[in-house]
Amino acid sequence: MSPRTLASTIDRIVRQLRHDRRTVAMVIVVPLLLLTLLYYMFDGGPLFDRIALVMLGIFPFIIMFLITSIAMLRERTSGTLERLFTTPVGKLDLLFGYGIAFGLVAAVQAAVAAGLAYWLFDLSTAGSAWLVIVIAVANAVLGVALGLLCSAFARTEFQAVQFMPVVALPQILLCGLFVARDQMAGWLRAISDVLPLSYSVEALTEVGRHPDPTGTMWRDLGIVVGAIILALVLGAATLRRRTA
Amino acid sequence: METAIEVTDLVINRGKREVLHGLSCAIPRGSITGLLGPSGSGKTTLMRAVVGVQLVASGRVTVLGEPAGSPALRHKIGYLTQAPSVYDDLTVRENARYFASLYRLGAADADAALAAVGLSDAAHQLVANLSGGQRSRASLACAIVGRPEVLVLDEPTVGQDPVLRDDLWGRFRSLAAAGTTILVSSHVMDEANRCDRLLLIRDGHLIGDDTPAAIKSTAGTDDLDEAFLRIIRQQEKAAA
Repeated sequence: MSPRTLASTIDRIVRQLRHDRRTVAMVIVVPLLLLTLLYYMFDGGPLFDRIALVMLGIFPFIIMFLITSIAMLRERTSGTLERLFTTPVGKLDLLFGYGIAFGLVAAVQAAVAAGLAYWLFDLSTAGSAWLVIVIAVANAVLGVALGLLCSAFARTEFQAVQFMPVVALPQILLCGLFVARDQMAGWLRAISDVLPLSYSVEALTEVGRHPDPTGTMWRDLGIVVGAIILALVLGAATLRRRTA
Repeated sequence: METAIEVTDLVINRGKREVLHGLSCAIPRGSITGLLGPSGSGKTTLMRAVVGVQLVASGRVTVLGEPAGSPALRHKIGYLTQAPSVYDDLTVRENARYFASLYRLGAADADAALAAVGLSDAAHQLVANLSGGQRSRASLACAIVGRPEVLVLDEPTVGQDPVLRDDLWGRFRSLAAAGTTILVSSHVMDEANRCDRLLLIRDGHLIGDDTPAAIKSTAGTDDLDEAFLRIIRQQEKAAA
């Protein structure tokens, strides 16, 4: 990995996204529309506070997962990845390039969505909004890392989008939003325990309840970062310079 | 003459099928070598092996004295894939600059590469909005931008205007004169005549390896198409 190659790769990926104005608009605006919907569904009550907080973490995860898996699939099918592998570019330049580029986009997305939730919809959390944004960005990068990994198992864009329900929905169902995790049947709880989104949702809930960052929150954030690294390492293993 | 690319007993399988059956050849440095053969004969597979992205069943490919695909070669090789492999959602210039940056080169080098393929006027256009011929030239610009010592071109002139094709061949000739080794595949026999040497491939076997003039005189015809046909017939007769 070289800093210069990494920087130009990040720049290239962000430029690609910038030329696609409609996608940029949707990445920023769709979470705002969904938050608005939630606000009116729950009349801005305590349930809104709880669900909106969790959604601020889930939106970036889903959106970045989708965008990354399609972007990486395009690299694989258009031949650009094959060409890149004949150049001095390193696998880590590509993996971190995607992680950082889409992480930056996610930071903008999370900041705008959190801004709307806090200022316009009066979202109240005991802890700091900055922690909410940090956890949201970690979730986005988790989405990027899993998207990079899953793109290796899709041959077409049709297949790639099918991985979204496979990867995201079980995590959303079992993260504690619908049924508290300690009230789940043992086997469901066991599944929930190995899904990274469970920990980021718990971390967000901690920020909602406690004015200062708690040990549980840091531990959960650490687990999410660990899951990101694991997914990136597995993703690196799917990037082969030589193919049949 | 010094050898730039040496292929020894190369066997390659794609899926369950063997597509190259123990192919051997040597390509001299600073020359233009044409790779001719029908579609499906193994041209692209051989080129992928030379640039080091092809899994090899057995045999050896050595480029500039190093095993193909070794990290030291990545600064010295340019590869044009058959389908243009550039980013559709970037402008022509952004593509060239990105590939230039991978070789530690700057904007001036990227612009020079665009000028070399006649795309300076389209530099600000998104690749997605280009014609097929322009798109493949954008891809070519990204292959030559790193000033490679070995340039592997898979059908670089398909869909190009005849005047432009002539310009591109002039460009290849001057690159070769400056010491670049060029391996270029083509369907067009008229282009084959402009190569220093030709490799004729059919069904994964090398059936001819000589200068265009020698191939024609051995086959006893002035027409390369006809020469190719006669070589195939002779080999079929010999095999029968």
